[in-house]
Amino acid sequence: MATTPSTPKTNRLGLAVLDYRGSKTTLCAGCGHNAISERIIDAMFEMGVQPERVAKLSGIGCSSKSPAYFMSRAHSFNSVHGRMPSVATGAVLANRSLMALGVSGDGDTASIGIGQFIHLMRRNLPIIYIIEDNGVYGLTKGQFSATADLGSTLKSGIANELPPIDTCELAISLGATFVGRSFSGDKKQLHSMLKAAIAHKGTVLLDVISPCVTFNDHEGSTKSYKYAIDHEEPLQEINFIPAFENISVEYDAGTTVEVTMHDGSRLRLRKLEEDYDPTNKIQAITRLNEAKEKDEMLTGVLYVNTQAPTFLDMLNTADEPLATLPASVVRPGREVLEQVMEELR
Amino acid sequence: MATTDVGLHDAAGRAARVPVVNNMSIQVATVNGSGSQSSNTVLLRSIFQMGVPVSGKNLFPSNIAGLPTWYTIRANKDGYVARKKEIDFLIAMNVETARDDVMSLDPGAAVLYDEPLKLGSLRNDLTFYSVPYDKLVATVCPEAKLRKLVKNMIYVGVVAKLLDIEMGEIEKALRKQFAKKVKAANLNFAAAQAGFDYASSSLTKADPFRIERMNKNVGKIIMDGNSASALGCVFAGCTVLSWYPITPSSSLAESMIEYLKRFRIGPDGKATFAVVQAEDELAAIGMVIGAGWAGARAMTTTSGPGISLMSEFAGLSYYAEIPAVVWDIQRVGPSTGLPTRTSQADILSTAFLSHGDTKHIMLFPSSPHECFEMAMDAFNLAEKIQTIVFVMSDLDLGMNNWISDPFPYPEKPIERGKVLTKEDLDKFGSFSRYKDVDGDAIGYRTLPGTQHRAAAYFTRGSGHNAEAQYSERAEDYEGNMERLRRKFDHARSLVPAPVIETVLDAEIGIIGFGSTHWALTESRDQLRDEHKLTTDYLRIRAYPFANEISEFVRSHKRVYVVEQNRDAQMLALLRLDLDGELVPKLRSVARLDGLPLDARSVTDEIAAMEGK
Repeated sequence: MATTPSTPKTNRLGLAVLDYRGSKTTLCAGCGHNAISERIIDAMFEMGVQPERVAKLSGIGCSSKSPAYFMSRAHSFNSVHGRMPSVATGAVLANRSLMALGVSGDGDTASIGIGQFIHLMRRNLPIIYIIEDNGVYGLTKGQFSATADLGSTLKSGIANELPPIDTCELAISLGATFVGRSFSGDKKQLHSMLKAAIAHKGTVLLDVISPCVTFNDHEGSTKSYKYAIDHEEPLQEINFIPAFENISVEYDAGTTVEVTMHDGSRLRLRKLEEDYDPTNKIQAITRLNEAKEKDEMLTGVLYVNTQAPTFLDMLNTADEPLATLPASVVRPGREVLEQVMEELR
Repeated sequence: MATTDVGLHDAAGRAARVPVVNNMSIQVATVNGSGSQSSNTVLLRSIFQMGVPVSGKNLFPSNIAGLPTWYTIRANKDGYVARKKEIDFLIAMNVETARDDVMSLDPGAAVLYDEPLKLGSLRNDLTFYSVPYDKLVATVCPEAKLRKLVKNMIYVGVVAKLLDIEMGEIEKALRKQFAKKVKAANLNFAAAQAGFDYASSSLTKADPFRIERMNKNVGKIIMDGNSASALGCVFAGCTVLSWYPITPSSSLAESMIEYLKRFRIGPDGKATFAVVQAEDELAAIGMVIGAGWAGARAMTTTSGPGISLMSEFAGLSYYAEIPAVVWDIQRVGPSTGLPTRTSQADILSTAFLSHGDTKHIMLFPSSPHECFEMAMDAFNLAEKIQTIVFVMSDLDLGMNNWISDPFPYPEKPIERGKVLTKEDLDKFGSFSRYKDVDGDAIGYRTLPGTQHRAAAYFTRGSGHNAEAQYSERAEDYEGNMERLRRKFDHARSLVPAPVIETVLDAEIGIIGFGSTHWALTESRDQLRDEHKLTTDYLRIRAYPFANEISEFVRSHKRVYVVEQNRDAQMLALLRLDLDGELVPKLRSVARLDGLPLDARSVTDEIAAMEGK
């Protein structure tokens, strides 16, 4: 069942977990975001991702501070509020060999950053976009965000009167090609989902419910640990078999969906719900809406499409990073300028 | 009152037949969307091909079809290419504005009008020619739906006859204009010929204006500033362009896309560039900053409202020290303002764009050639100084056609600034991102993806120390801000130096910048010839100001700062920079009518202030 039998001391690059660690966290003790950082460290380590190949990008907020707390050997850019998608897009265009890891929050994504979020999803840019979703503004001390559920209350008892924005539903309908929802407390699911995300080619959107222990973990909140544990409804049991682990394990096609990723990795989803097909966009959206009506916190791989062209495919950019192309390649020759001048005479 | 030689007038104001050769302005009044642009370009190019210095300026509305638009062509044997205030030859095609257009002419001007407009009786001090366009177009264009587009080519033929423009040159210009569309070219040439024939048989030349062949345009090109900027960026090695459409900057991006597709596809068929039409200006500049951080030569192009939206990112670029290039094709503000009119009114807001203490490098091109050259300067400066650089063009420079010498091939190398590679890190072991190692206040950076375990650093817009670590310590903040101030000062010696023109014993100085250069050149001649007032001239090409600027002010009694905005923004910026004792020497000539600057307005204002 577990595909990585026991965690080796070093990975296939000869690196230790320590090589994937970051600075000491300054977030609150018990914050869901710290658990997500831990899962990122584990997944990157196990997948044998060269840390220097990763570009960590974030906006502003508690979530956006967290890239400081994992993978210090990767460049990181804590940019401006709600604008991580554009900064990440620029970085990927400049250097297509980077693995972009965007970390954002629900305020950073669904409120101030909703415009850039939407357009990023449309482009299928290769990026892993994680929303550390707690339904509340932490760094400004506890105001509702746009993912807060209708009727959920603040500590003061004030109830949210507006419907939430479902970032997963948006991402699926707009063109993201790997969309999942998880919970910072669901260690195994998040871990497997992150490994699959690393193997995916295209836009990955992971909305990770990550309770805010200081401002949104009380009775009446729909983003508390208790609420998440009580209402989590996993769609599948997720297993991820990396391409470099040449393991063949039989599975029952009737109960398990297997998705072959671009790099040859295999994502095995043992169905907990019959008939759920994660490659069916319409079904995914329908199921998300049913979950809302049933007060379920639906988790799992909601949608996956390994065939869609990425933004880089569409732009047909050179194989080498644009950033470091030599002058001889990016400055046309004298005859070109003379040709243009002649046309203007 | 016009003082240029528009001809001698008799008592009734009618032009006497003293020829006025190669010195006139032609204005075509039409409605936008009527296809007159092709006709006007053909007229402009024909005069250009006859070797006469010429310029064309489109004064157009923010609209797609149906509103009044004017195109002015100035032919001038002495090479003055600024807009001329007085119109000598009006081509009145717009029923809505015809009456006002005619009434605003100086005596002695000529008017060519569409017969049904019946303008001939409006004044008796002008020369009128009437042309039955609809009748003529029906004979050459059987297809009724095309007539509207072809009609305008008739006035080209009429004007050719009246002004002595050679039909051979008209045909050459027209075939260039329609390029591979041979059928359209034939149809249009037939229309021009019909106009020419009509003028030959039915009109009697009664105005003094004539075009005569010269040889002043040998080897020269005609180009608009936005295309020149785009070409410059292609040769500067720009690899990422992210933009959002906005008048008057869109044509820069569009023209760049064309050039990139033609000249920057590698032998493997892959693009050595990436272009994104972003969802808004915030995303456009965000992508530029992300790409600049990752090491690409990245740029965007915009105008006033876009500049306002980019403000937060501009501050991030300044404080986190990330290279970026932004073209501001200035239009008239505030707010939406007049999107299709020209101005130089983003100077102050751009110099300090964003909150906190920020200062930005600005470059001021004054010609297509400088647009081309400053593209290289902008990218080199952005990467060397590790900051955002604004190139402050404007609508007049960007969207209008200018004569230029051909651009020489860029000899300046592409300078990528202080970037440490894996090999450098192997040698040095580690680095401090924001430490002033070389005494020029510029730190060393690494690019994401550099395969060395000491390469990574954390980029942030929040307080940081020399090691790029988060810091709220007062000493770290102050030290960093002080270094940024020194870095900006250091840029004074790196930016393009001002261009200074001096004459013997001039006490008066004129300071200008950008597209108004051409009006100022003419105005200085007018001041000398009409008022015996000799002037020295300094053209600012960059902010921060080079030291020569303060020397120039010091060595003159009075210095007129000429600019196109209400609040004398460049003068205000100079005032902040100059020694206090120099400030009283500055006088402002600030104009804000949204039209390309004309020499006459400047001459009259300076002459009046000089008591002439």
